[in-house]
Amino acid sequence: MSKRIEVNDLNVYYSSFLAVEGVSLTIEPRTVTAFIGPSGCGKSTFLRTLNRMHEVIPGARVEGEVLIDGNNLYGAGVDPVLVRRQVGMVFQRPNPFPTMSIGDNVLAGAKLNNKRMSKSEGDDLIEKSLRGANLWNEVKDRLHMPGSGLSGGQQQRLCIARAIAVNPEIILMDEPCSALDPISTLAIEDLIEEMKQEFTIVIVTHNMQQASRVSDRTAFFNIAGTGKPGKLIEYDDTTTMFSNPSVQATEDYVSGRFG
Amino acid sequence: MTMTTTKAPATAMPNALTSGKLPKYSPLWLLAGAFALSIAIFAVVDAAGGEAFNWAGMAVLAVVLFCVLIWLISRLVEGGRKATDRLVTALVSSAFAIALVPLISVTYTVIVKGVARFDLSFFTESMRNVVGAGGGALHAIVGTLLITGMATLISVPIGLLTAIYLVEYGRGRLARGVTFFVDVMTGIPSIVAGLFAFALFALLFDDPGIRFGFGGAVALSVLMIPVVVRSSEEMLKLVPNELREAALALGVPKYLTVLKVVLPTSIAGIITGVMISIARVIGETAPLLIIAGFTASMNYNLFAERMMTLPVFVYNQYASQGTDAQAYLDRAWTGALTLILIVALLNIIARLVAKFLAPKGLR
Repeated sequence: MSKRIEVNDLNVYYSSFLAVEGVSLTIEPRTVTAFIGPSGCGKSTFLRTLNRMHEVIPGARVEGEVLIDGNNLYGAGVDPVLVRRQVGMVFQRPNPFPTMSIGDNVLAGAKLNNKRMSKSEGDDLIEKSLRGANLWNEVKDRLHMPGSGLSGGQQQRLCIARAIAVNPEIILMDEPCSALDPISTLAIEDLIEEMKQEFTIVIVTHNMQQASRVSDRTAFFNIAGTGKPGKLIEYDDTTTMFSNPSVQATEDYVSGRFG
Repeated sequence: MTMTTTKAPATAMPNALTSGKLPKYSPLWLLAGAFALSIAIFAVVDAAGGEAFNWAGMAVLAVVLFCVLIWLISRLVEGGRKATDRLVTALVSSAFAIALVPLISVTYTVIVKGVARFDLSFFTESMRNVVGAGGGALHAIVGTLLITGMATLISVPIGLLTAIYLVEYGRGRLARGVTFFVDVMTGIPSIVAGLFAFALFALLFDDPGIRFGFGGAVALSVLMIPVVVRSSEEMLKLVPNELREAALALGVPKYLTVLKVVLPTSIAGIITGVMISIARVIGETAPLLIIAGFTASMNYNLFAERMMTLPVFVYNQYASQGTDAQAYLDRAWTGALTLILIVALLNIIARLVAKFLAPKGLR
């Protein structure tokens, strides 16, 4: 169900601008990996290269390789659509489809792909995914209502349910809690803890406590200054990163001191 | 001081925050006063000169008087900031009233003059063999509906697909070129569109006197396509990028993302835009005069023979009046009224459809 991600010497460009330089790291299956670092250091950009979502932005391109269980995402003839079915993504702001009901939102991955599915199969998938996202009890009586009527935290969990409904191997989360209140954040952190039994999870966060709470491994990204490329500074076990990092910049960042 | 503000009975003590303000309805009273004064002035002046009462001049003078008075009084009582506010409110409201004048005037005139022939026979008869009173515009109504419908059928797919290309796929020089030429097309005079269609079909069928409804539809779609492209483009741009990304991240191919996420989200706005573009071309006269021609008979076939349309019917009734001129004029006015009603009806339908299709629960 879950797969290993191996990144070798990855450079990400926006047109001619080098946004992320020389990242190499390995993410083990069934772990939670957190990316931390200041804004603009390329965490999200790098995260999006792991399921080729950065290609949506015109001019973005990549050098180097990303291997998922040994298969290069950027090999010749790889269809980004198939990559994205294996590597799901949850975004910073909850984005349920406004034209669909809660149930249809969960089934969006199948429905938008014109997959045929019997009513009972669909209902089972809705229940399983919503239970997986800890949302079932809150919405089971109003599955036919529009998804945009839910609260922000519920919408975000709906988006997680939608992502796990397509049965990916890996789930990427781009600051999934930054638009949520502490209680919804807690709900999602608990969810991440449970989901790691099945999925490999990579999460970008600005919240140091969150990184230390949910993740097994932490990667710290930084930039030397505006206009310079972001780099991976340090990548280690979360406990090491927060207690005894080997690079001074990491220690300054996680302890709240800069420069 | 503190004693009075805390303990004084509410009835005796006026609220200190309302001091130095004009009473609530004072602008309305002032407006009435300005009109009364202006009427008095014009009544005296016009009576002295022996002329008829000048309504327009009276209204202009009243509004100017009102603006000056409200500004002066407000400045004295309320101070400079509020005075400016009242002056600008007065100016903005008068601009709105001025914008309404032609609209109301046209509607009123058309209704008053149009009801004379707004009867059953107008909607059930053509003008075939009618020389005096009587007859109807059924042939023109059918023609307008057929030609505009065909123009919509041509323009909406082309326009919508162009808009989708520009918003979702277009990059670089080709997209910029398309945008530029769509802008140029927006400015094409309608007579040029008519001449284009005429020249095209005259050459294609080698018939220098060609007249048929489909040609009119082609001419109208030349005018309609840029409007459809522009409005659909704006509506597609309003769809948040996050929804596209959400769909793509679920492993949905781009064409299905556009088809099943972007279009359903913006369909209400697109339909409104299409209706506006229909309203834009349904009243076109010049191109239809050239390529669809005019006739007094029914013609249900878009691909053969001349076809009458409502605008051309109105023009024709007015331009070639017979011996009973009033009958022709009445028919022209009723034709215009019918045209306005058709456009109004289309707008109402568009509103209903848009309301019905709009994403629910979104704000």
